Amino acid sequence: MSVSQTHGSGSAAAGEKPKVRLLNDPKFRSYIFQGVLVVFLAWLVWSMVNNAAINLKNAGVASGFGFLSNPAGFGLNFSPFIDYSETSSFLDVYWVGLQNTLVLAVVGVFFATLIGFIVGVARLSNNWVINRMAYVYVEVMRNIPLLLQIFIWYKGVLAALPGKRNSLDWGFLGQLNAAGLYAPKPVFAEGAGLIGWALLVAVAVTFGINRWAKQRQVKTGERFPVFWTGLGLVIVLPLLAYFATGMPVSFEYPAQGNFGPRGGMQIIPEFIALLIALSTYTAAFIAEIVRAGILAVNKGQTEASYALGLRPGQTLRLNIIPQAMRVIIPPLTSQYLNLTKNSSLAVAIAYPDLTAIFAGTALNQTGQAVEIIGMTMLTYLAISLVTSLFMNWYNAKMSLVER
Amino acid sequence: MSDLDSQTSLDRAEAGALRVAYVRDEMVQPMEPPVSEGGIVGWARTNLFSSVGNTILTLIGLFLLYLILPGTLNWVFFDAVWSGENRLACATTAQGGELPADWKAACWPYVIAYFKLFIYGRYPDEELWRVNLVLLMFFAGLVPLLISSVPFKRENIIFMLGIFPVASFVLLSGGNLGFNGFLLPDALMAPSAAKFWIDYLILSAIIVGLVYAYMRATDSDPLRPSQFAAIAMAILGVVLLVMSVDFGLEPVETSNWGGFVMTLVIAVTGIVAALPLGILLALGRRSKMPAVSLFSVIFIEFWRGVPLITVLFMSSVMLPLFLPDGVTFDKLLRALIGVALFSSAYMAEVVRGGMQAIPKGQYEGAMAVGLNYWQSMRMIILPQALKIVIPGIVNTFIGLFKDTTLVSIIGLLDFLGMINLSHSDSSWATPVQAMTSYVFCAFIFFLFCFGMSRYSIYMEHKLNTSHR
Repeated sequence: MSVSQTHGSGSAAAGEKPKVRLLNDPKFRSYIFQGVLVVFLAWLVWSMVNNAAINLKNAGVASGFGFLSNPAGFGLNFSPFIDYSETSSFLDVYWVGLQNTLVLAVVGVFFATLIGFIVGVARLSNNWVINRMAYVYVEVMRNIPLLLQIFIWYKGVLAALPGKRNSLDWGFLGQLNAAGLYAPKPVFAEGAGLIGWALLVAVAVTFGINRWAKQRQVKTGERFPVFWTGLGLVIVLPLLAYFATGMPVSFEYPAQGNFGPRGGMQIIPEFIALLIALSTYTAAFIAEIVRAGILAVNKGQTEASYALGLRPGQTLRLNIIPQAMRVIIPPLTSQYLNLTKNSSLAVAIAYPDLTAIFAGTALNQTGQAVEIIGMTMLTYLAISLVTSLFMNWYNAKMSLVER
Repeated sequence: MSDLDSQTSLDRAEAGALRVAYVRDEMVQPMEPPVSEGGIVGWARTNLFSSVGNTILTLIGLFLLYLILPGTLNWVFFDAVWSGENRLACATTAQGGELPADWKAACWPYVIAYFKLFIYGRYPDEELWRVNLVLLMFFAGLVPLLISSVPFKRENIIFMLGIFPVASFVLLSGGNLGFNGFLLPDALMAPSAAKFWIDYLILSAIIVGLVYAYMRATDSDPLRPSQFAAIAMAILGVVLLVMSVDFGLEPVETSNWGGFVMTLVIAVTGIVAALPLGILLALGRRSKMPAVSLFSVIFIEFWRGVPLITVLFMSSVMLPLFLPDGVTFDKLLRALIGVALFSSAYMAEVVRGGMQAIPKGQYEGAMAVGLNYWQSMRMIILPQALKIVIPGIVNTFIGLFKDTTLVSIIGLLDFLGMINLSHSDSSWATPVQAMTSYVFCAFIFFLFCFGMSRYSIYMEHKLNTSHR
């Protein structure tokens, strides 16, 4: 305010244009206003940095990212893909945390989508029982805090399972007890890599066929059964590779020992509780999105495709779903983001995700609050931004092109 | 219609005259619909067993219900223990009690024994009337606000946003804040309450003077804005005065607050603080000034891109670092700052959505009648935009209300934090203790959130004036 004041009176004194004062010029005013905002923000940031520097100096904490290469000195009970030991550095802790967050998010997104689509379609069912059950599911899940649901699964359900010595036998799924799920562990012998390659080739070929089929349909109007061909390829090619290389993949089943199951791979209860809570909670929101998306397609579309002679299945597949997807995808992506962000609640039950071990344990051990919280927040922010960039691109690609 | 009637009566008259045997001259009574079409049977036929697939679905649904419902009802009601003094009431024979070994159901006496802690936290017993008074004021002010037919909306809003927050602050904390002054150097006058008020008077004078000078410099009428500034400063002064007066209330530290009351305090404060911030950010994001809109976009997207728990970590660990030496914030206040900043970003997007829905003609019309930017926003755009985003605001509040449970992770004893704390009490320690308390907590949250979501759907229908 005081800045603008001096400028105003200065211009009035110069008096070049006595009719309109410089302060009444919208352009000049906006410059002043923005200038004041920038100066204020700069002052805020400067004073915060200054205070932080003084406070850290008083507390005797060294600032900077040097701590990342120091050994962390604590063990972690879950790291499916990255080798981690107590001698690993804090940077490794960061990577393991990020890995665990992403593993949880990816598996959670898969199950949330599956349950969400089923419940969303069930919500539109003509069957009264199914319809009401889906409604109750959605309302119960949406209106109970996620953190509470995580606690219910972790401390209420999984903790009440039998102990290690008398675990529940779930057959080929493995053995379940209070210490988690002991799932069969795949053992890859020599040549197993070929199966993976075969799968990749099958996926690539399917994409190729899809392109070709679309072009052909545009040219000739004939349709090609892309889905069934693709499904066949994805199943048959890896199977062929499996037998051709002499069946190199086997499963190591957990065996019941004296002190609990041995062998197999242990999936910790924290992971299971979080997975169930996150996917069932997010599924309720996805179900509503799916329902709204299908309802958003005009009834005339269905009638028009019946008039053209399409069967109900074809109508759904060729007409309704492609249009509903246009409405569904953007909010669906933001639900996926929400799930990823919500996976940070892992800290409440000590699943070693990014927030729990990096912003929690590592922060407590080093005291480098600014660096660690900053890195954690920027990581989540980066995930969000990348996803929204993708979403914008997709929206632009899929949006209706009007004349 | 009348033509047709006269036509038929004419026919009838002719028929009467002719008495043709095969022409019926009275209406046949309508038959009852077949049993299979009406009543419960008909309903079941169309809704449950209309086809083979539908029948299979019904059976699957009923089977699922059979799996879920009896067990749940037994757990909550029929097998549950309803009275007792300590853990022995809910212990099986193996755990030293008298219940059968395979007993598993809710242990309600534990919730009853802890009910006061779950709701009020560790607020002193003899001061509980203060909390009850605040709750009473809250609901007494909120309910007429939500029912649109009740008059005095303006007075009601002033009460809820002006009087209620100050009164509840004084009641809950005890008020009697000590202000020491902030403007004049200490050498001139020793820090005291008197110095604070002198400082405040000087500040008010400076602000009113600045407004007056600015208005003169822009050739506008300086009187009304200066009056407005003076009144605003006077109201703020009264608020500060009320907060600093000693009403003789016992001060209660925020570390003694807790339970469901704390959950309400965090959620309501969060949303009340987020609303004005969110409106400012929404205006900023739609501003034509690049610096302002860039700042708003970065601010909004930053808070929306990070999880709330990292925000709470930040406000509890990092915020003290950013403050000058000697300035400390209460733990609750730190959490409140985090929650308010976080939800203001979401609120900004909700408000922005409402502003985008206002037709461009409204903006142009406001300009055409000569209103300036703030006038057109205050009198034309925001009243309409805020009205259509009421459901969005309620939904944001539901989200925030559920998210307040996260403060238990940073060590505040809100509803969920209190429940987790109660698990360490060995006098009620049984295997069903955790589940019982969580079911109770879930029930309370469901009641509030479901009620609010119903209200938001009701408002949506009410506000939906589009012709479909």
